Amino acid sequence: MTTTDRGGAPPVRTHKTDRTWVGKSIRRVEDPKFLRGRGGYVGDMTLPGMVHAAVLRSPHAHARITRIDTTAALAAPGVHAVITGAQAAELCDPLPDFGPAPAQHTWRCLAVNKVRYVGEGVAVAVADSRYLAEDALALIDVDYEPLPVLVDPEQALREGAPLVHEDLGSNCAYERTFQFGDVDRDFAEADVIVTDHLRWHRSGGQPLETVGAVADFDLATGSLTVHTNSLSFTSYLFMVAGTMKIPNNKLDIRPMPAGGSFGSKLFATKPAVLAGMCSRAVGRPVQYLEDRVDNISNCDHHGSDRVYDVQLAVMRDGTLRGIKIDTVDDYGAYIQFGVGHHGNALAQVVGPYRISSVEYRVRAALTNKNQQGAYRGFGSEVNNWMLEQMVDKAARELGLDPVEIRRRNFIREFPHFIPTGNVYDSGDYDAVLDKALELSEYEHWRAEQAKAREEGRYIGIGLITAQERSVFSATEFWFWFDEPGAPVTSMPESVTLKVDATGGITATLYSCAFWGNSPETMVAQLVAEEFDCDPHDVSIVYQGSKNGLPATGPGGSRTTVMLAGAVEGATAKIKAKALRAAAHLMEANPDDLEWVAGGYQVKGVPEQRKTLAEIAIMLHLFKHSFPEDMESGLEDSKVFDHPYTTMPSADRKDLGVFYPFMGHACHVPVVEVDVETGSVRFLAYAAVHDCGTLVNPRSLAGHIVGGTAQGIGTALYEEFVYDDDGQLLASSYLDYLMPTAMEVPELRIGHHETPSPYTLHGIKGGGEGGRMMAPAAINVAVNDALAPLGVRVTELPMTPERLRAAIRAAKAARA
Amino acid sequence: MDRHEVTMIVNGRPSTVLVEARKLLVDVLREDLGLTGTHVGCEHGVCGTCTVLLDGRSIRSCTTFAVQADGAQIRTVEGLADGAQLHPLQDEFWDKQGLQCGYCTPGMLMRACEIIDQNPDPTPAQVREGIASNLCRCTGYQFITEAVCAAAARMRADSESSTGAQA
Repeated sequence: MTTTDRGGAPPVRTHKTDRTWVGKSIRRVEDPKFLRGRGGYVGDMTLPGMVHAAVLRSPHAHARITRIDTTAALAAPGVHAVITGAQAAELCDPLPDFGPAPAQHTWRCLAVNKVRYVGEGVAVAVADSRYLAEDALALIDVDYEPLPVLVDPEQALREGAPLVHEDLGSNCAYERTFQFGDVDRDFAEADVIVTDHLRWHRSGGQPLETVGAVADFDLATGSLTVHTNSLSFTSYLFMVAGTMKIPNNKLDIRPMPAGGSFGSKLFATKPAVLAGMCSRAVGRPVQYLEDRVDNISNCDHHGSDRVYDVQLAVMRDGTLRGIKIDTVDDYGAYIQFGVGHHGNALAQVVGPYRISSVEYRVRAALTNKNQQGAYRGFGSEVNNWMLEQMVDKAARELGLDPVEIRRRNFIREFPHFIPTGNVYDSGDYDAVLDKALELSEYEHWRAEQAKAREEGRYIGIGLITAQERSVFSATEFWFWFDEPGAPVTSMPESVTLKVDATGGITATLYSCAFWGNSPETMVAQLVAEEFDCDPHDVSIVYQGSKNGLPATGPGGSRTTVMLAGAVEGATAKIKAKALRAAAHLMEANPDDLEWVAGGYQVKGVPEQRKTLAEIAIMLHLFKHSFPEDMESGLEDSKVFDHPYTTMPSADRKDLGVFYPFMGHACHVPVVEVDVETGSVRFLAYAAVHDCGTLVNPRSLAGHIVGGTAQGIGTALYEEFVYDDDGQLLASSYLDYLMPTAMEVPELRIGHHETPSPYTLHGIKGGGEGGRMMAPAAINVAVNDALAPLGVRVTELPMTPERLRAAIRAAKAARA
Repeated sequence: MDRHEVTMIVNGRPSTVLVEARKLLVDVLREDLGLTGTHVGCEHGVCGTCTVLLDGRSIRSCTTFAVQADGAQIRTVEGLADGAQLHPLQDEFWDKQGLQCGYCTPGMLMRACEIIDQNPDPTPAQVREGIASNLCRCTGYQFITEAVCAAAARMRADSESSTGAQA
């Protein structure tokens, strides 16, 4: 925990102060087509001869498949093919898997021999229409031999528990204890050890559009084209090609707009593989689009599902010294991304506080549930919640003010290396807190709370201060292992900029599809800033993977920062060529020219100038007007690599820098709890975020409100409930309750801007922030409301049932 | 399976299709009429993504059979803009960023049409209550509410000025 330079940092930048477009809430350039119902989602796509696939799901949580009879289904009208799991295993290899021992928990597009959760696919039918494909599913006859079911992660880890994967020999897919800093000293010297047991149940992104693909296998060339609303296929395309058993250069995955993702469409390979397999089998284009039950039960993207035992070492004055975290995470039946979710946690494990040591034990349990994937926050939001519950509890036990304990521990010098080795590049936590206290009318609500208590009403204020990391590096997926199988270090993003003969600019994005965020608006504003044009005049193109430059795609709030770096790099190359061309055309020395308002002109002689369009038409059409070594055209690309990654130490006591651009926020919800019904109502909600320099404040505000709405769902309503038999009880929107406009309050939003010293304009990522804060803040608020009753809720979501149980238990304990 | 002739006036144009009795209105709009602006979300009438107007009232086209719409006037998102001119609701959704991924947007716009039709001057609270029929997973509803209120104001102003011009 030092502020010294440890090497590996990019140069500190001086940011442009007179920005024209960056910082403006322009209308998003993506929107007109969506407003007109012309979004062009994967479900809107039809190709000549296209047929439709539907998947038969397992009704059992854990069972051996003893027989499948597809005869009747194959004979049904309009049916082209029916493929069972065993047949699929011949056609395709296992799905891409970044988990710890993929060969011992093999994951395939359809189950073979046994099913491991309710909803797992066992067969796929292909027919002329979706209706006919679903008719065929009803005619498939499957015999199951039920096996003992595991739905509790702690039970799954017990000796002698039934095995989800026999080859693994255990239900523990990963276990390790890390120590960072002098944990023993901090705990020995602490005045108080605050302990707690916390439970975070699983929820998920649940975008209103499910995952789907249209695949077209060309039997003539052996090429497979897949149009899909999943993404991030460029860098790891070869893994999908491997699954399909085709050469990498015969696979083209083309991005389509996603109707929401929130992480849940990150590298979602199964629908693409199913569609591709079916297309190759029937020799026609095939559309496979999950239905809602598929998406809820079989999407491979449920969120975190954790049990925590935590100890926080604290001094009597409120100084936080060290923390010991012991967590069991229920990954479900497979573990496709390994425990990268805990890398997210370790990136900001100490929050905004000067905690000098950390012990982190993680056990990844396998159970009979749909597997974990990505959900906005990727596990860091759970850490934020856990840490803020502990800080809140420490304040209560020490009789300290919740604002005061936070201020006493804030990090104030930057760059700051936390015990795990990750760096916080910049921040001003006091400024964010001050703004939040004012915006939320904190003192007013404390007075209201006191009055309400006299009236027997339970109002709570949930102040939390927490981190929002951005721009991940690949190391967080492998530093878990002493000898990682693939210690990947490239996490690039690329942009091509083309200036056409008329000076019009087109930007090509790779692996970075639209999924509700604003990649086109971000790039358009950044390009406009560089070229002094109108952002709405910039054209944006999404390239398929086949001709793609290296790119990783969205995830970990990296898009804007990475695209900014790529735009800056491509711009520099184009301007260098344009400068040389302009100098040649004006018979001037390049050193005497300067870029002003969209063109190059002679310094001090503004009438001697060439606009970008004038330069461009010459470069496109008049080759012989230039020196021989100048090529025609004005186009260039930049592959922008992750700007700040350092390697972990061999002993893993220092994980290196892997999530350097650290945002911060303070959320202050005010709630009233009805102690008779257990319902929670918002009286006010203020949120102040610092994500560095803002590109489009309205767009970021949209992420803050939307993410907070999802956080409200996580805190109060949403849970994929599995019963003891492994049946998914919340398998429709009648049971999986997402907030409507009546449950989400009007937010007061504040922005603070502490630029990153290391990125273009000082931008940090901010797409996940709302959901990284709201669950923690609402839990603290509810506990604040119920404190007079001696109630402290330690389990999310805080459903009326759970709140009532906690209130009853507290009353019984007092009686 | 037997097919039935269904005639609807969709966005002002009569359309006749021959469909199975089980075929849902949303699938007929999307597949038979090529109007893919109406989307499918939850498929059981909860999320409102598939909302269209049937004789001026919002319905869930994912739980309505096309044969039930025989003889009806249907309005979808494709019927909102007047050529290049966006409907005030579309324009205000754009201005206020009342959308992110755009998937719930057509249903939300059609529901908003009905809200303003029934109450040309809704308060933000009334808009919130009105759009609670439709789920949006991106926006948290705040900028949608702002957009609907702003559009309602514009539509009132437009209708007052056209009334004034007539007088």
